[in-house]
Amino acid sequence: MNILTVSPSPHVKGNMTTQRIMLCVIISLLPAAIASGIIFGLKALMLISVCIISCIFFEAICRRIMKKEQTIGDMSAVVTGMLLAFNLPVTLPLWMAVIGCFVAIVIVKQLFGGLGQNFANPAIVARIVLMVSFGAEMTSFALPQYWKENPDEIITGATPLVTESASFKDLFFGFTGGCLGETCALALLLGGIYLIVRGIISPVTPIAFIGTVGVLAFIYGLADGGLNNGLEHALYQILSGGLILGAFFMATDYVTTPITPKGKLIFGIGCGIITFLIREFGSYPEGVSFSILLMNIVTPYIDRFTMSKPIGAVKEAKTK
Amino acid sequence: MRKLNGIHLNHNKNTAQCKTEILGVPKEVVIPMNMNMGAHSEPLVKPGDVVKVGDKIGDSSAFLSAPVHSSVSGKVKAITEIKAANGPCKAIAIETDGQQTVSESVKPPVINNLEAFVKVIRESGLTGLGGAGFPTHIKNNPNTKIDTLIINAAECEPYITSDHRQMLEDPDAVIGGIKLVMKYLEIPRAIIGIENNKMDAAKLLEEKTASESGISVKTLPAVYPQGAEKVLIYNITGRMVMERQLPSDQNVIVLNVSTVAYIYTYCQTGMPLIERRITVDGDIIKKPCNLMVKIGTHVSEILEYAGCETEKLKKLVLGGPMMGMCAYDTDIVIGKSNNAVLAFEKIAEKTMTNCIRCGRCINTCPLNLMPTEIEKAYLRKDVEALKKLKVMLCMNCGCCTYACPAGRNLAEINQLAKAMIPRK
Repeated sequence: MNILTVSPSPHVKGNMTTQRIMLCVIISLLPAAIASGIIFGLKALMLISVCIISCIFFEAICRRIMKKEQTIGDMSAVVTGMLLAFNLPVTLPLWMAVIGCFVAIVIVKQLFGGLGQNFANPAIVARIVLMVSFGAEMTSFALPQYWKENPDEIITGATPLVTESASFKDLFFGFTGGCLGETCALALLLGGIYLIVRGIISPVTPIAFIGTVGVLAFIYGLADGGLNNGLEHALYQILSGGLILGAFFMATDYVTTPITPKGKLIFGIGCGIITFLIREFGSYPEGVSFSILLMNIVTPYIDRFTMSKPIGAVKEAKTK
Repeated sequence: MRKLNGIHLNHNKNTAQCKTEILGVPKEVVIPMNMNMGAHSEPLVKPGDVVKVGDKIGDSSAFLSAPVHSSVSGKVKAITEIKAANGPCKAIAIETDGQQTVSESVKPPVINNLEAFVKVIRESGLTGLGGAGFPTHIKNNPNTKIDTLIINAAECEPYITSDHRQMLEDPDAVIGGIKLVMKYLEIPRAIIGIENNKMDAAKLLEEKTASESGISVKTLPAVYPQGAEKVLIYNITGRMVMERQLPSDQNVIVLNVSTVAYIYTYCQTGMPLIERRITVDGDIIKKPCNLMVKIGTHVSEILEYAGCETEKLKKLVLGGPMMGMCAYDTDIVIGKSNNAVLAFEKIAEKTMTNCIRCGRCINTCPLNLMPTEIEKAYLRKDVEALKKLKVMLCMNCGCCTYACPAGRNLAEINQLAKAMIPRK
């Protein structure tokens, strides 16, 4: 007679696992990765690979040193590596990218207890650390397809958020300067829609985030120069910079954003307002990462005020 | 009306077309004394006593209790202690004589009012046949005016088809039982709630009830846990049974479809609850089937009948895969509330990771509880937070554990957390 397993119900389990969720996110990031290769050349793919490998390496080392069970199998380090690479300019020296990976995995993620325990998005914090540490390198953006002219000489230019002169077509297909994963709106939207269709992310956050930026930019443009100007300004603001990347892939990170739909809505709107304010009035041209980080910090408070209300619950009479 | 959350499961209703077979009388039955929710019964017989089919062999004077009857004729071998799936209890082992001599006490009862009706149901030993085993006579004696009788024919658990077969094989008993309950409790309407994966049964009952006034059939989407009492009441009437309320507080009573059919059968024959229909299935069952078995039959005999490859057995579940309980070994016996025996070689397992706060547990909870927050409050032993999170509402349906990608045992934690809250 075999020894039988006795365990509490349920005895069947759904097929969704942490690893599968991470794999879905990786798949959703592939179109943008391919686009970055087309726009910024092999160097972009190189940077992505270095980031992924460094993140896995740091995670493995960390778990080993802390004598905790190995967690690289959950694939979350790969996602962090890809997202961080997407937030870097292609011209960034590789060693700087490795420092970014160290910050993301060791300081932001593992020191707080690993997957699920970090309060801020690792890739976002790493990007901000790199930005304040290596300001010049982090804001020198390669022009798209510079490598067609001369692969050895990288021509750089400003982000379209500064020039405000890119065409909508170039913005949509990503032929503008910028971080390597953020330029191609088309590829990012494909990935984002894939995540929504697969039920991995809720559409609430990206819609609220992008919608808020759009509406505020529209009002700003309207006040500045009429209806047409308002619409153009809104569209330009939505398509340029890291907004779409941030809204679909970083503001939807489970761990660092609110858990209920109501909370996600507040989070998205908050990100939108902060992004708009930084872009229009701040000293940085781009505000997406700061907005997400700031909202990450208030997430526990949003969670507390947006708890789901149990059905059939009776309010307890207050007793002393 | 807002829609309650739930999950879509693989139904695996492999036995839906399997006509109920009758399992022969076993050589020995072991009848447990804890087959109902509430108090255990005390044995009324002693070793050496001769018993007949339908003889009362156990009872209790507690309010929440039901008597126990012998399912065979033979000689009491011993009063033993057994480890039933729902806990240890006394049990009466009876060696059968194979004659199945029926007790003189078995005769159709005389009923002329509600009081007699309730008494008769108690004497039948009937407890809810759907799984929870609530003594049926208590449900049928509400202290509020009931306006709707709901018949739970949802059978939302995967694999199980015993209620489905009840409806197909003996629909008249179902309707007869409904009419009896409606008559004595003066209930104006009855609604039979069936999941839409059993359209043949729904159609059959619709035809049969077409001429009956006040009885109707409502098909419901096959979303688990459709058959959970609160969920079913809400989806049929729009009323929510609130915290610390009983269905009767919302002027509703819910009876399982096999339970109500049995009320009719008992009133016709006077034969107490000594056998029941069970579904036998699982990945190592060669011949999935529906069986009519005597209460107290060893599961090993059932598995043998269904061609179970016992040497591969890794997990034995009594009841459905979502809420059923594991057995320690195949010596375990069938009680009144066991509607299925499931034998598995493959065990569903998931690698456990930290909670990634994906919110799937919240989005699948029919009652909008927050299992992940409950888990955290449980781990830090925060009773006040657990009260605030309303963990006592948890029905243990298991949706949260099923959905959790991090493989966390949320439903189990909910039950442990409930135990932390002091009872008033």
